[in-house]
Amino acid sequence: MGAPRFWRNTKSRYNLYGVRCGTCEKNYFPPRKICPSCRRASKLESVKLKASGEVVTYTIIHSAPEGFENQTPYIMAIVKLSEGPMLTTQIVDCEIEDASIGMPVEGVFRKINESGRDGPIYYGMKFRPPRSSN
Amino acid sequence: MNRVAVIGVGVTKFGELWDYSFSDLFVEAGSAAIIDAGIDGKDIGSIYVGNMSGGRFVNQEHIASLIADHAGLNPVPATRIEAACASGGLAVRQGVMAVASGMHDVVVVGGAEKMTDITTEKVTQILVTAADQEWEAFLGMTFPGLYGMIARRHMHEFGTTREQLAEVAVKNHANAKNNPTAQFRFDVSVEKVLNSTMVADPLTLLDCSPITDGAACIILATEEKAGEFCDSPIYITGAGQSTSTIALHDRLQMTVSDATINASKMAYKMAGKTPGDIDVAEVHDCFTIAELIGIEGLDFCDIGSGGRFTEEGCTAIGGEIPVNTSGGLKAKGHPVGATGVAQVVEIAYQLRGEAGKRQVDGAEVGLTHNVGGSGGTAAVHILER
Amino acid sequence: MKVGICGYGVYIPRFRIRVEEIAAIWGGDAEGIKRGLQVQEKAIAGLDEDTATIAVEASRSALAMAGIDPADIGAVYVGSESHPYAVKPTATILGDAIEASPVMTAADYEFACKAGTAAIQTCMGLVGSGMIRYGLAVGADTAQGAPGDTLEYTAASGGAAYIIGSTELIAEIEATYSVTTDTPDFWRREGEPYPRHGGRFTGSPAYFKHVLSATTGLLKKTNLSPGDFDYAVFHQPNGKFPRTAAKNLGFTKEQIECGLLVERIGNTYSGATMLGLARVLDEAKPGDRILVTAFGSGAGSDSFSITVTDKITEKRGETPTVEDYIREKKYVDYGTYVKLRRKIVVPS
Repeated sequence: MGAPRFWRNTKSRYNLYGVRCGTCEKNYFPPRKICPSCRRASKLESVKLKASGEVVTYTIIHSAPEGFENQTPYIMAIVKLSEGPMLTTQIVDCEIEDASIGMPVEGVFRKINESGRDGPIYYGMKFRPPRSSN
Repeated sequence: MNRVAVIGVGVTKFGELWDYSFSDLFVEAGSAAIIDAGIDGKDIGSIYVGNMSGGRFVNQEHIASLIADHAGLNPVPATRIEAACASGGLAVRQGVMAVASGMHDVVVVGGAEKMTDITTEKVTQILVTAADQEWEAFLGMTFPGLYGMIARRHMHEFGTTREQLAEVAVKNHANAKNNPTAQFRFDVSVEKVLNSTMVADPLTLLDCSPITDGAACIILATEEKAGEFCDSPIYITGAGQSTSTIALHDRLQMTVSDATINASKMAYKMAGKTPGDIDVAEVHDCFTIAELIGIEGLDFCDIGSGGRFTEEGCTAIGGEIPVNTSGGLKAKGHPVGATGVAQVVEIAYQLRGEAGKRQVDGAEVGLTHNVGGSGGTAAVHILER
Repeated sequence: MKVGICGYGVYIPRFRIRVEEIAAIWGGDAEGIKRGLQVQEKAIAGLDEDTATIAVEASRSALAMAGIDPADIGAVYVGSESHPYAVKPTATILGDAIEASPVMTAADYEFACKAGTAAIQTCMGLVGSGMIRYGLAVGADTAQGAPGDTLEYTAASGGAAYIIGSTELIAEIEATYSVTTDTPDFWRREGEPYPRHGGRFTGSPAYFKHVLSATTGLLKKTNLSPGDFDYAVFHQPNGKFPRTAAKNLGFTKEQIECGLLVERIGNTYSGATMLGLARVLDEAKPGDRILVTAFGSGAGSDSFSITVTDKITEKRGETPTVEDYIREKKYVDYGTYVKLRRKIVVPS
């Protein structure tokens, strides 16, 4: 991915900015230009979603795409945010055998990918099991 | 609306065809179909070709022109259709619409993909362009990964077992043994599937369709023209197409292919058929789990029961509804843009009674089901003798 | 105007490698090395962690503790010797990630292990002069030691972030004093992957000369003596140097023990002194006075006198502590370590 294409979405990649439709009161992530339920009656406004939710399903990637080869095996999951939308994310700081459906997770800022050794570095949100405190 | 007949079919061998270029593939499949139909170049009104990513697999765009040229068919109009792995199915639909509308009397519908000229890593990357680039692929997701997540959720919701998934591969490999053009003409066991290299847990290498070179072609004509050229026309009596979200995470129930449900309802209604009327079906099994949600979405069995249905042998030849007699994408091979057309070729063989050792006795009504991405597009056709 | 700390946050990656694991590869005497360096294991960043991710996570905690609007942050400085880019600031990534952007000034600092405390001093000046309301100062590193080099036993990853302001302080910074000279004890040339160092030359003419003179200068400036402090934190490239420095200056073992983390996480470079201070703030009581002296090769020392306020008890407790991060760990072998730290260069 080229730098402009990444940069355009920085706001939603560094923090979970989605949109909320004032008509149907549903949240969407990533932001959409039209609410798929309300269409021309859409009343969309930007909303920062809490980076917490639970794993709906997951897989362990053993055969990775370019740029991710060094990380295998790694966990990819669909997470349902506490405020509604679902998103695809890597689950980090979790042993692969500990991943499970229903597992609570929270956001953590990580490096997503980089365009080779001399290209831009892309950051964003991944998810991890909540930090055990004390 | 004109009735639309399949009057000729052609297909190349599927596999790693090191000696074949992209254009060698479609010229061979196209010539075979034209000869099978007994038509001449001057009879052809238009060409439709399904191709997912000539631009990235072989660095060639503008392939409709390339095909018409290399097939010696200039100046016939030619159009490329793209919908990821459903490109072929959508090309068939375009051909059907062109003939049904009366725009053309005879059209060529082809599908071709040359996938082995680049590394496996690059192929993986190209295939995942069928997913949401910015919010799935960019984050490290792969195609087997998306279907791996569907599989895990299906197992969680419905109690589908790992073994039941493997049964799809076992059946389709057994069928491919009797298909001379299939890529994998050998048996696999449940144990072998379970113990093969893990790709995207819970899916192993033998749950996945292979990287394949291949092309397929069909000739469509009006009923009147069909009578002129052909003794055994097969009619496309139902055609349905539907979309769903491009990203799997936006699908309300990711274990259900709503695009399949909607496309098949459309096709069943148009043909005046019910799922019970189907004698043989080619179902999009890019991964073993895909066949399960395919047969559930097509209403061959209840939602969630695909694993049991398969395990009980209902989808085997001789079963209630034989599925993927060709070996499916899983064992016949999956040259992505060609697949939707190749499915129609197999059903034509079955309805003509030319399927050899894999023939379903007395097959009169067949169905094809072609999916793009993780379910963002589905195309269903119903064919009758 | 009183200037001080409104909130702080830390981040330490979960991967650890033990001294034994490294020594076994290079034929080192593990017990001797552990005794000499007084280090048991070190923290190392994963493949998707770097100075920017450490800075963002630490800063988000600091913001949560301070409870301020990030838009009120007028300056962001990130001190590190392992910025992800040679050219392109880590501070802009951080500014956007914590939503302090766009109305703010920002820059990256490099001063070996004391770039973070230099950032604190800059923020103190900007806040004290009224130029900005809050400043964010971060010290973070994913330090590299050449394979087989002594540094490999200690060069670690981690960092801390401090929000500097003048109201609602959890700790007041009463004074700061710096000593800086041109001393080539440790360096990394442009384009080189690993630093070089002067061996024993890093000791008395570098670390000890600067740490001792800066600390002595601060004590003189403030009219304080070691006995006036409840805690003392010194830069900790190993376990031995800070203990020796403390002893020479007249600080006791008890004063320095709390902020001495090197034995368990290694030397986190720009993060080291700032994590040590965070560890002290995690348990200090209102009224406690802390002496902090950082050292950066090249060379210089920044010394601070800090007094904890009543606010600390109400602001602490919601964000992860240094011990929370130290506790969560996963040991890796040397092979995994060289992969994580990208010491194996795969030709592309």
